[in-house]
Amino acid sequence: MQALRRSMLFMPGNSPRMLQDAAILGADSIILDLEDAVSLTEKDSARILVREAIKTIDYSAVEVVVRVNPLDTEFGAPDIEVIARVRPNTLLIPKANEEEIRLVDKTLTKIEAEEGFPSGGIKIIALIETALGLENVYNVIKASPRTVGVLLGGEDLTADLGIERTKEGEEIFYARNKVATVCRALKVDAIDTPFTDTNDHEGLKKDTARGKGLGLTGKAAINPRQIETIHSVFAPTQNELKWALRILEAMEEAEKEGQGVFSLDGKMIDAPVINRARRIVDQGVRLGLISGEGGAK
Amino acid sequence: MKNLLGREIPDYIDGYGQVKPFQGSFSNCGVKTRSAVKLTSVLPNDQKVLSSLDDLFDKLKITDGMTLSFHHHLRNGDYVLNMVMEKLAARGLKGLTVAASSIFPIHAPLVKHMETGVVTGLITNYLSGPVAEAVSRGRLPKPVIMQTHGGRARAIESGNLKIDVAFLAAPTADTYGNINGVYGKSACGSLGYAVADAEYANITVAITDHLVPYPANPIEISQVYVDYVVKIDSIGDPQGIVSGTTKITKDPVALIIAKRAAQLIKASGLVREGMSFQTGAGGTSLAVAAELKKIMQDEEVVGSFASGGITGYLVEMLEEGLFRSLLDVQCFDLKAVESYRDNLSHQFMSASMYGNPHTKGAVVNNLDIMILGATEIDLDFNVNVTTGSSGVIMGGSGGHSDTAAGSKLAIVVTNLMKARLPIIRDKVLTITTPGESIDAVVTERGIAVNPRRLDLLEQLSRTQLPLMTIEELKQLAEKITGIPKPIETLEEIVAVIEYRDGTVIDVVRKVKM
Repeated sequence: MQALRRSMLFMPGNSPRMLQDAAILGADSIILDLEDAVSLTEKDSARILVREAIKTIDYSAVEVVVRVNPLDTEFGAPDIEVIARVRPNTLLIPKANEEEIRLVDKTLTKIEAEEGFPSGGIKIIALIETALGLENVYNVIKASPRTVGVLLGGEDLTADLGIERTKEGEEIFYARNKVATVCRALKVDAIDTPFTDTNDHEGLKKDTARGKGLGLTGKAAINPRQIETIHSVFAPTQNELKWALRILEAMEEAEKEGQGVFSLDGKMIDAPVINRARRIVDQGVRLGLISGEGGAK
Repeated sequence: MKNLLGREIPDYIDGYGQVKPFQGSFSNCGVKTRSAVKLTSVLPNDQKVLSSLDDLFDKLKITDGMTLSFHHHLRNGDYVLNMVMEKLAARGLKGLTVAASSIFPIHAPLVKHMETGVVTGLITNYLSGPVAEAVSRGRLPKPVIMQTHGGRARAIESGNLKIDVAFLAAPTADTYGNINGVYGKSACGSLGYAVADAEYANITVAITDHLVPYPANPIEISQVYVDYVVKIDSIGDPQGIVSGTTKITKDPVALIIAKRAAQLIKASGLVREGMSFQTGAGGTSLAVAAELKKIMQDEEVVGSFASGGITGYLVEMLEEGLFRSLLDVQCFDLKAVESYRDNLSHQFMSASMYGNPHTKGAVVNNLDIMILGATEIDLDFNVNVTTGSSGVIMGGSGGHSDTAAGSKLAIVVTNLMKARLPIIRDKVLTITTPGESIDAVVTERGIAVNPRRLDLLEQLSRTQLPLMTIEELKQLAEKITGIPKPIETLEEIVAVIEYRDGTVIDVVRKVKM
């Protein structure tokens, strides 16, 4: 079963204490950051620290993602060279474009072969934070079969667009739509940009719901206290679960009776509705809200 | 000899005397007597007010070897202990024993008095700062006796701890010795720890910087116990007495621990009408209160009381109707002082009422849930809050053992690792609270339930809480931190740890330096 990515928590790669506790904070994924959180003078030491953390600490309960430095800096290539050899689950590639993703894919394939890791095991998430990257997001994702998702970087994107970033986020409406649509089309995760006011939980809730409403599948977090709120937005509600379970039950009944199309509560149930119900039940099972057999817990 | 917990303790300790070994939390109970008090009756025309400490010591015949007591309500802002000892040192007194309910860094001048032989004995419930370090280095000829808050009241009331003169820092006193802690520039709120001293000392002196006309209002400690009232300029530094506010931690790991602890409490079935609760003022402890509050609100439960040292957060819970009453032995912040002064549901309790095991029932006996801290815990759930990772004294029981013994559910909340050291050890260096009174340890990586509590284990096994054995928790930490080298100690005993009933639960030995 594919891991859930409702929340992806950024953790600075140069803080031993945070690296030690990263796995227990409740996030689905942790992003060990070698880029923005680490000053130029600490790039080397953070790289070594993150490598040792992945080797030593039990991160089995979470997806370990490492944000490497951009490939057009002197740090990007050594980051991948060192980190890939300790087999993180995923690399987050900043300012992603097509050529870079292709280059990362190639490098990873080489390292996997050298280390005897299964080929294609290390995944990629593309950080879309430039206007060009956004317009080209379809090709960015297609550049490597390793790509399992896109993370929208609202701060850098609005800077690139020369527009103001606001709490309401009207300015990234198009970007969210575009990323959600393309990701849905290519069946990869669409992760929303983080909400930067870590003390405004109501604001976070609204912002997360806005992203979810546009089709995004998860959200980045910059503080562990944001995780619970994000999960509460992305979790299916009890009503949604009940509805979805009823649909699937009715479908099984209909199949037994040899009916192709059926109705429930006077409404015709067709394939898109069934698919939606399946997705909700699937998520409910993964979150432990219902048991694998479909019965409510 | 070995006590019940396997600790090797001599039968007789120089400077302490015959040792009664710890035999279990409630083994030394039953019929007890309170000590008679010697007093000098005060006649209608007698005056109690003196204008300086010099006048007091001209009148009071303090002699070498006496035991002098102090309370710690002024915490790290207390001037009284230092002033009194300075005067007595100047008068050439030697061999005095200081019985202070707690010692803070501000009491550093005591080190000098220990070195010059003015002070040769120390009896306290909590010891931190330079005095703690000096004691750990063996600067005191007699071992310090470390008690619990309830145990100190017991010792005083039973006559085990005989006080010659009690010096009561009094935020407000009237001319006839009635005292309260709620008015004056040094207001500290409840004076719960001073009660036994006032009532059982041969001589009781109130030292105040806020002398009011008779009678003071309210009266917390009554004139019938007080021999003299001394007016001085200042008894303490308000900055060190109470903090403005006590804030809940934002540390994500502490919040996870708090949340788990609250879920455990819920699963135990103790969140119910009339429940009672106590927690400390530390970040994680207070966060448990915040998490528990949400559960109480969801379940629409009203508790009977919250107790102990009271913080503004518990005051808010009282005001929001989550508890019917607060039982307050000590106020931790200004909000608690104001509430204690103004709200009749915010009630006083003495240290004896709080935790003395030899009374007709202490408040801790009625406590459902207690949240505790720990410096170390061992595989038998014994807790150390007395010595730190270097073996030096840095705390003490305070109310730890009292509340753990009395409460139905005593939960230790702690990070599994602190400053790169694992908290769970094969054996703790110093046993402050016996494992038999600890029910569960909650950490960010898992929860261990004391195997004595099969009922609780069964309740928790129906939840999704991450249950582990204490051995598993220990291994989990050691995988990250490694196993620390044991602390090497010498034979010399620098502290005797008395359990609340007066038996000896452990000793602290001098650390090799």
